[in-house]
This record gives sequence, C-alpha cells and structure tokens, in this order.
Amino acid sequence: MSDLRAAVAAGVFGTDEAFRALLQSTVETARAIFHAKASSAFLLDEETDELVFEAVAGEGADTLVGRRFPSSTGVAGWVLVTRQPLVVDDLSKDTRFSRDAAASTGYVPRGLMAAPLLVEDRALGVLEVLDRPAATPFTLAEMDLLGLFANQAAIALDLLQRARRAQAALGGHGELEALGRFAALERLLG
Amino acid sequence: MSVVAHQTDEELPAWSLSASAGDSIHLPSVWPERVTREWAFGDATGAGVRVCVLDSGIELDHPLVGEVQRSVAVVKEGDEIDVVDDDEGDLCGHGTACAGIIRSLAPECELTSVRVLGAGYTGSAPVLLAGLEWAIDEGFDIVNMSLSTTKTQYVDRLHALADRAYFKRTMLIASAHNMPVESFPWRFASVVSVGSHESTDPFALYANPNPPVEFFARGLNVDVAWLGGETINATGNSFATPHVAGLCALVLGKHPKLTPFQLKSVLHLTATNVGESA
Repeated sequence: MSDLRAAVAAGVFGTDEAFRALLQSTVETARAIFHAKASSAFLLDEETDELVFEAVAGEGADTLVGRRFPSSTGVAGWVLVTRQPLVVDDLSKDTRFSRDAAASTGYVPRGLMAAPLLVEDRALGVLEVLDRPAATPFTLAEMDLLGLFANQAAIALDLLQRARRAQAALGGHGELEALGRFAALERLLG
Repeated sequence: MSVVAHQTDEELPAWSLSASAGDSIHLPSVWPERVTREWAFGDATGAGVRVCVLDSGIELDHPLVGEVQRSVAVVKEGDEIDVVDDDEGDLCGHGTACAGIIRSLAPECELTSVRVLGAGYTGSAPVLLAGLEWAIDEGFDIVNMSLSTTKTQYVDRLHALADRAYFKRTMLIASAHNMPVESFPWRFASVVSVGSHESTDPFALYANPNPPVEFFARGLNVDVAWLGGETINATGNSFATPHVAGLCALVLGKHPKLTPFQLKSVLHLTATNVGESA
C-alpha cells in the first residue's frame, strides 16, 4: 500500500513544473514561428472570473506571469467568451486598449492574434501572439497555424490544471509530498 | 417579381393537408426563371430590415456605424438574467466592427445591439442564450452571431432556439470555427454558418459544397470600425459573418417576405461560385 501511495505521489508532485515547461515551450515556439515580439498563454481562473498570465515569451516574460484581468473584457476576454479566434492590427489606435495595456503591462502591442484554448467543451484560457511582422499581410493559413498552437497550449494547460488539482487533493500529506518530491528528484538524477 | 408568402386571414392547415386544401395554400408568386444578383439585391439598401448584433455592444456615434436603433445588455445577477437598456457601448470593439460591416453593405438597415459580454466567463453561455431568446421574441429579421459556445449542456436549448428563429422568420447568421471544434450554433442546419475566404471583395460569397460551414465571405484583413471612432484591420470568421448578414439585409429589403429557407436558397443561387454567377 505504501508503494502505491508513493507511486501516486511520485506521479503528482513535480509534474506541474513539467507541464508549465511544456506550456512555456509552446508560447516560445509560437512566438518564433510567427516572428512575433511576444506570446502569452492565459489561464481562466473560474473562481474569480479572471484571466491569468500563465506563460509569457518575449516582451513581458519577466514581469507578467501571475498578472490578472477580468475574463470578459478586451480582445482576450471576447475570444474566451465567444470561442472565436481573432486577429487585429493597429490596436494602438484603440485608446482604451492602449491605456489599459500600458497600465498593466507597460507594453502596447500594435497588433495581436488571439485564439481560445479549448479542451472538450471547456474553454481553459486564451493564447495570444503579439506583434507579428507588419510588412507581410496576414493569411488564413496563419489563422490555421494559430489554431494548431492553441490546441497544443490547451493540452498543456489542461495537464497543468490536473496536476495542480491532484496536488491540492494530496496537499497536507507531508509524508506523501516528501515521497513524491524524492521520486521526482530521483527521476531528475537518472 | 418577388417571392411573396401566402397571406390570408383564413385558418391555414398546420399539421396536415387534406385533399381539397391544396388550393387554400396556393402561393401566388413564383421564383423568377433565374435568380440573379440583380434580382436578389440590385439597388437594395436594406431599408426596413431589422438587424440585431449579438456581441460585445456597439459604440454609439461611430461614423462607420451610424444610427443604432436600440442598445440592450444581458446582465446576470446570481441566477437572475435580465435584458436591460444599455449605455455602456462596446466592451471590446468587436460588436462595433460587426455593426460597421453590416452598415457598409446595407446602409439603410436598422441596427440593434444586444450586449452579451461583460457578465464574466461563467455567465457567458446562459447570457448568450438569453440574448438570443430576446432577439427572437423581438422578431428581428436577421441576428448576427459572430460567436459560439462549446458548452454541451446548453446545446439542446440553443438548438431549440435556432429552430424557433427559423420558423419565426428570423435568420441567424453564425460564425463557424476555423478549428475542428464542436461549437454551436453554427453547426445547426437552421442557421447560416460562415467561414472566411481571402478575397477583398465584400460581395464575394462562396457556397461550400462540403458543409457544415455553408458559406465563405470576406474575413481576411478587413478594415473595421473599432472603439474611439477608429478603424483597425482585422481577420476572423467573426468579420465574414456580418458580410453575410449585410447581404441578407439587402435581399430582405427587396424581398421582405422571404423565409429563412428561401433566403438561404437565394444566397446559394447568387453565390460567386454557383451556376450563372460563377
């Protein structure tokens, strides 16, 4: 029985770091493929009805993770609520958006691409790619590519949420956590 | 010549048709020999057609949108959902963009905004349904839905609403997904579902021989109305959808008695890639 408990603990503790790394890798790849200035994945916090920066590549990578904003305002909120991807350019003309973005992140993107992160019938968050090169006109093929990245980010986000829930369920069991952490360390050390 | 639906005070058969009753539902007008774009919407302005934009709201006094007949918001407090008059305008810019596209095609149509955004994510599907139900009860000719839901527990109710709209002569125009996602209402046969093509012609409409996406309209790099009286460049099926809503407003302005079934047929027959139009 203790082996089983140790196995469960080993499967749970430490996995959130791995899934967070997968999500980070997805936004970094999306940023690179689109030659964009930044890319972010937002997680929906259903309890507070807020979107949370969960992974950021490029501009804001050091400062934005953990920041929150209401789930049904702005372009990201619209994408989350309506499940429809959206690409907009010249956002700097949208004074309200610019003001809000500058106030919360210090960075006002010229344009952004946003897609909902969907797993089965749930919307888990939003993927954004900011400031792809303006010189090349956007194509529907890029829209499809954005959808593929969103799918990948959604899977990573789903795994991350599951890991966190499992950890929360096992939380408080100091002995189990210690076993799990030890197992995770063993994995690392090979 | 226009297609005119049967109009009479007599009680009409609703559930079955007796041998002698055929004449009582004779439809006095017929389709023209060939449905052309000229017949369908030549010289049309959309005058007299009531279009509802179910979205993030519409910015008032935007030069590309013009007059907005009425603005309401669907609000949720606890389990209570109400439709109330709204003066917050647009919470995102998106609804203004859709309204501007409809206006650009059908300059004299009536526009009404139903804001279904702002109640938070968890309220989003019930709020969307309540907004749609309100629009159907108000008897709009066209409802633009550049949005969708994936929540399966609401699909049956949404389906029933889409069918109710269809039989009440309210044409729902809904954005399709460009990802292989089970979302609604665009997958229902009682709505017109719209994806994007890459042409810059706002009147270019392609009928898709391989549904559930039924039509493709302009949705790439579109200059659209946005917040602050501005214009931005945007891409998405969200913007293809109001192009079809605008076209439908033109057709209904010229042929006000068309049913959704007939209207969809007109869209098909006048599509850029169909028959004589091609």
